[in-house]
Amino acid sequence: MKYAPAALVVLFLASVPLWLGNLYYLHILITTGIFIIAAMSLNLLLGYTGQLSLGHVAFFGIGAYASALVSIGFDLHITDNYTYVLEPKPIWFAALCGIVAAGICGWLIGKIAFKVRGAYFVITTISFAEVVRLLSLNWLDLTEGPMALNNIPPLSITIPGVIDFTFWSKESNYYVVLIVAVICFILIRRIVHSRAGRAMIALRENEPLAMSVGIDVTRYLVLAAVISAAMAGAAGVLYTHYVRIVDPDIFLFIYTVTMVIMVVTGGKGTLAGPVVGGLIFGILPEVLREYAEPEIQWMIYGALMILVVFWLPQGIVPAVSELWQRVTTRGSPAVETGAAQTGQGSRA
Amino acid sequence: MEQLAQHFVNALILGGTYALLGIGLTMIFGIMGVVNFTHGELYTFGAYMMFAFVMLLGLNFFASIAVAILLGVALGALIDFTLLRPLRGADIDTTMLVMIGAWIALQNAEQFVWSGIAKSVDTPFPSEPLVIGSVSVAWIRVFVFVAAIALIAATYLLINRTKLGKAMRATFQDPETAALMGIRVQRIYTTTFALGSGLAAAAGALLGPIFVVTPTMGDLAALKAFAIVILGGLGNIVGATIGGFVLAFIEELGAGYISSGYRDAMGFLVIIVILLLRPQGLFAQKERVG
Repeated sequence: MKYAPAALVVLFLASVPLWLGNLYYLHILITTGIFIIAAMSLNLLLGYTGQLSLGHVAFFGIGAYASALVSIGFDLHITDNYTYVLEPKPIWFAALCGIVAAGICGWLIGKIAFKVRGAYFVITTISFAEVVRLLSLNWLDLTEGPMALNNIPPLSITIPGVIDFTFWSKESNYYVVLIVAVICFILIRRIVHSRAGRAMIALRENEPLAMSVGIDVTRYLVLAAVISAAMAGAAGVLYTHYVRIVDPDIFLFIYTVTMVIMVVTGGKGTLAGPVVGGLIFGILPEVLREYAEPEIQWMIYGALMILVVFWLPQGIVPAVSELWQRVTTRGSPAVETGAAQTGQGSRA
Repeated sequence: MEQLAQHFVNALILGGTYALLGIGLTMIFGIMGVVNFTHGELYTFGAYMMFAFVMLLGLNFFASIAVAILLGVALGALIDFTLLRPLRGADIDTTMLVMIGAWIALQNAEQFVWSGIAKSVDTPFPSEPLVIGSVSVAWIRVFVFVAAIALIAATYLLINRTKLGKAMRATFQDPETAALMGIRVQRIYTTTFALGSGLAAAAGALLGPIFVVTPTMGDLAALKAFAIVILGGLGNIVGATIGGFVLAFIEELGAGYISSGYRDAMGFLVIIVILLLRPQGLFAQKERVG
């Protein structure tokens, strides 16, 4: 029974393609879902360990590029007479490479960036993302630079003799994104409620105190960074095989900002926060599109972000659950008398 | 060797405006503890004001620079008054998020008002360059360098030789004691933010006529300013001045002798290397960063 509401939500989401009937809307939901996965991964760092990582799009892009490159193959001129040639590999292997590559980068950046905190950490992560973007723009041999990687194959499952399915349709991609999102959600939930998750929250609340009770701060931070990066990489993999083209613009800072807005608006440090924030900021642009130009939309985003920090610093999910709690406790008589008594007590 | 001399002169001229950008940012961080993501937008704003006054209204070039700086100061004061004043004492992440929101809003406002097409600003300087031996420099660049140095010197004098500067330094050291001594700390914060913003607008107004003016020109400028500030140590004004020139030299020599495609990546590599080896910056004596 405990999982009934969550199961209902997933069932509802799974039923969407059956009745939606509009491929364009479905496309919006798929990209929104991909961004929700990325936002969930950012939430692990931003919400649970309290580190504002503004280079998160780098992991998303690294996952996308790595998976795309492995699936279409590449040749790399290392010296004049030696060229490394990688033949195209199956999609499942490419996807795995994308996730692992992002995870390794997360480990590396975690090792470097967690030597510093606060403003220094933020600037280091931004710099990292910018270096990766410039690399993708200039390393023409590997990434084709601004010409972009084209003809990336869609996701497919092939087990000889059992199944041979390629995810061409929007519906099938929707279900892949949904399944990956649910897996990521469960994974984050398990981590947060585990020993490691408690350690992360402890060091968010008070780092010196967490250290004093024997929590290896850097170890847990790096662990969070690796998981978070690998998850963002998985989102990038989904993106690259769905859109089937990837260019250096994937590393633009604006995408990191989008993820941050999603997490902060929904509620950082809550499991449902990135999902709620992601749905709002995934669908809002499409609603606004009819009435406003992109610049106006972004101005509204910026203003919304400021307003959320001013008026709802905890985000929507904690605010709503607090409201819900207040409503439900008012309904229960036992608690009501308790509240009344305290009321009297404070007056006396 | 001839090339080296040319790179040297280019770097020196670029370094002046980098230092302007860095000083403004480091001042705001040092005194207010605010990571100012709108810094690049003030830079863009300065450049667009040059375009508006010189090209649209036909105002004198030099007068336009002064007006652009003053408007930058005013915009900075407005941002501080509306966004930062209610957040005094809030933690650094909160103000950072608000400043990111303000940055996005400002940048897209600029894009909306001026459209994405690059604008250029005419200058009153002769188009043939100044040639000394094997080195040639455009006159506008010479002017920009001199103006940047003058502004840096003025900032130093303001901070070290005036009463306002003394109050700013006192607030930097200990805001509470400064307040006890009768310094209006709120006003010092607003002044600092406005002044830093004015310096960013000045850098934009000076560099706008050299390059072209686009709505996103501030992004790279802001990131470079961060690199400069890290290089010099956050809050260190002398460090930011030297850091501006150091970054310009690294970029210019890196672009000239390694690869011009990675010119803009140099700054970020510098940040990462500095933070790895000497996170307190090259010139800071002591500061806890971890």
